[in-house]
Amino acid sequence: MSTATRESVLSGRLGDSPIRPDGIAKAQGSFAFSGDLSADGALWGATLRSPHASARIVRIDVSPAWQIDGVTAIVTADDVPGKPTYGLISSDQPVFAADVVRYTGEPIAAVAADHPETCRRALEAIVVEYEVLAPLTEPERAIDGSHPPIHPDGNVIRHQRIIAGDQSLVGDVVVEGTYELGMQDQAFLGLEAALALPDPGGAGIELFVATQWLHEDRKQIAACLDLAPDKVRLTLGGVGGSFGAREDISLQVHACLLALRTGRPVRMAYSREESFLGHVHRHPAKVWMRHHATAGGVLQRIEVRLVLDGGAYASTSSAVLLNAVTHTQGPYKCANATVDGYAVRTNNLPCGAMRGFGVVQACFAHEGQIDKLAVACGLDPVEIRLLNAMETGDSLITGQVIENVAPVAECIRAVASLPLPDVPVGGRDGEPMQRPGGAGLTADPSHIRRGIGWGVAIKNLMYSEGFDDYSTARCRLVDGVASLKFATCEVGQGFVVLAQQIARSVLGVDDVVLEPIDTSIGSAGSTSATRQTWMSGGAVDGACRLVRERLFEHVGARYDIDPVSLAIDGRDVVDTTGTLRISVTEACAGAEFEETFEHHHRPTEDLDENGQGNCHTAFAFVAHRAVVDVDPELGLVKVVQVATAQDVGRALNPLSVMGQIEGGIAQGLGLAVMEEIIVTDGLVRNASFTDYLLPTMLDMPHVVVTLIEHPDPMAPLGAKGVGEPPTISSTPAIVAAIRDATGRDLSRVPVRPSDICLP
Amino acid sequence: MGENEIYELHVNGSLREVRDAWIGESLLYVLRERLGLLGSKGACEQGECGSCSVLVDDELVCSCLVLAASAVGQAIVTIEGIAPAGSPSDVQQAFAEYGAVQCGFCTPGLIMATHALLERTPQPTDTEIREALSGNICRCTGYGRIIDAVQQVAVSRADGR
Repeated sequence: MSTATRESVLSGRLGDSPIRPDGIAKAQGSFAFSGDLSADGALWGATLRSPHASARIVRIDVSPAWQIDGVTAIVTADDVPGKPTYGLISSDQPVFAADVVRYTGEPIAAVAADHPETCRRALEAIVVEYEVLAPLTEPERAIDGSHPPIHPDGNVIRHQRIIAGDQSLVGDVVVEGTYELGMQDQAFLGLEAALALPDPGGAGIELFVATQWLHEDRKQIAACLDLAPDKVRLTLGGVGGSFGAREDISLQVHACLLALRTGRPVRMAYSREESFLGHVHRHPAKVWMRHHATAGGVLQRIEVRLVLDGGAYASTSSAVLLNAVTHTQGPYKCANATVDGYAVRTNNLPCGAMRGFGVVQACFAHEGQIDKLAVACGLDPVEIRLLNAMETGDSLITGQVIENVAPVAECIRAVASLPLPDVPVGGRDGEPMQRPGGAGLTADPSHIRRGIGWGVAIKNLMYSEGFDDYSTARCRLVDGVASLKFATCEVGQGFVVLAQQIARSVLGVDDVVLEPIDTSIGSAGSTSATRQTWMSGGAVDGACRLVRERLFEHVGARYDIDPVSLAIDGRDVVDTTGTLRISVTEACAGAEFEETFEHHHRPTEDLDENGQGNCHTAFAFVAHRAVVDVDPELGLVKVVQVATAQDVGRALNPLSVMGQIEGGIAQGLGLAVMEEIIVTDGLVRNASFTDYLLPTMLDMPHVVVTLIEHPDPMAPLGAKGVGEPPTISSTPAIVAAIRDATGRDLSRVPVRPSDICLP
Repeated sequence: MGENEIYELHVNGSLREVRDAWIGESLLYVLRERLGLLGSKGACEQGECGSCSVLVDDELVCSCLVLAASAVGQAIVTIEGIAPAGSPSDVQQAFAEYGAVQCGFCTPGLIMATHALLERTPQPTDTEIREALSGNICRCTGYGRIIDAVQQVAVSRADGR
């Protein structure tokens, strides 16, 4: 993709890719991340965590910790003044475990002290006596009832089926498979961190924190602290990535409790090990599918049983399950479906939001099935996908009609026309780093085989099932300078630059000031679900348009012109029916305009017991083709190229879109061949970057991109979000390519070397 | 806490006194918490991610793996020593301009590594860039725009710009 400024695009406006306002500060190291924040007299806070996956707490004795110089506060469940639990959808997770622990890493106490090392010693000194219990680690045992409930809410978080059309249809061709996905970590680089500043007398609290959703955090924190929400003020601390892991509360309540207890500022910062234990992960899943098709390869019916391991607490599991079951058909027409899905509770790590949110699990399975169907019908991977590609106006298995632009076939064709890599099989001579396994020279070039695989996906955008995840923004225009205020969490995606571009385009200004991102304005919803370009972009656009109307009224009154005939042209206000042309700065001289706008998406509804209903807001589509080199004897894989075409609606900032696509593919590659949190008997075995492998620059291939731009009439700026789709079907594309190279079945990700060489 | 000492570090051209510090503190901790140089970031504490990369006597190291007290007498350069605030180096400017910065947490470490690479190898190939920067993990970008930014700087420098 060319990232050059398009000729028709004005500098800094929509369609351009201006330098993001935090770019230079981040490159110079002067941008303040939440972990960089401190205050005079600040203490350090730290958390004591359970070493057991399931245990009864017999006794907690904190008195030895008080013997350590520098310890200022110790808090346990007894010290939580308000609601003892929190949670995004259901409030089922204790601030601190009181009587039982349900996962390895569950918080039990927190301390405040003068130095992180003092904190570490204090945590070591706290005595907790446990009666260790047999953990529930097998999701099927949560479903079949053979393990007693590990939580008062029971072991099944949600059961959702979808019954559509003919339940007895049997196709000419039937293929079946069981697919598994391991637990993936978001592995953002900026560890969980916060600074809590207590008000005098403990009347309130101010929290600077890296999060995805300030207002939801505030609601949950205030309830636990027994404070009115307006006494809890949140400001976004610089966020070092999120990818879903900051949607749930982690250290927020603990930091506030310690600050209120000590009357002093408290900093908390997780270590990498603690981060693995302290936030939710991508749900491990097991998905059985049976696909029915005509002899010609037309998909007729799917049968699905899908189980998500939600871990110890509910988090967003019920919504992840909704996404998973409603996306099992993939981006393909299908009239008949029998889908049975469970999200269950176990003593494994709690799982919740991660980029792709349930659709990753569904897509890995349906793409494996489509490839099997292709083989069974004698079609190639492209033919079968084009044959079944969904279009606008098609009904989903939930009965919901796709009203969005749905260029599935166009995405597939665009990818098919992208060039295959010119790198020879096994890499170029003298470039051992290009071989599977890299410079270790372990892969013999003559053994290397190349494979090509496909993945195509549909992804819902915004929240579902009746949730009104609106977004708020305020715009002020003074002396030709626009100021924007919103609570939209900038986590790296670049909303800060997009907001400026919107204001410049709507108002014809150059200077756009961004006010602090905090809770002093209405909610912006979460930075998740590929929703902020649509939702907060819509809110900023709406606020700017209201200000523009006020500006036109002002100019109209001054020059006796009907405001309806005024327009912005470049940096000027012009009369489209006359000769007036004045600069925006001149037009608003002496005046001040301020407007606030809430953007709401169209209403959605719950699914009924048969999984029928208009539960989703909107959809986007994407296609991926992966090329891999594999040494089948050693099980080593080198991803050589990923080609993609993505339905983006309209690329408002092409460079940011490119960054989301490449970054999302990297995470999809990680799930395909590298990343898994290993949990045995409820214990985490690899909570470090030494043992949890992330893609490096040597693992990432060249990415070839075509943007499919059909502005969506339903989207405020014509733009669909772009964050999640790249992650979703890149994983199955890479696995399909490994299958193609090796002939192995490969039904589980991440694919391990042993899956290839010792099947 | 016992075992405290007073020592001096040579950071970004200045001699900086460190006092009342526990002798077990890493260079990363001392730079950040004692000297207020917050540009070096900690993300793994075991030398895997490169976010804390600094130069010690011109060698690129992970400051989380170096005891601060062991760096006495050596010349330490951090991201703050690369260019004055508001006057970015060519590498810093290119990272911001060509989309190499998203959340930005890995960025200072990558910029340290890039400066070190281009000192050593002014015109790196794609593979040389990937090898040199493979010790720096970025979770946001997928690396494509970072490689582009590094190449842009190499071309600019070759053109004498």
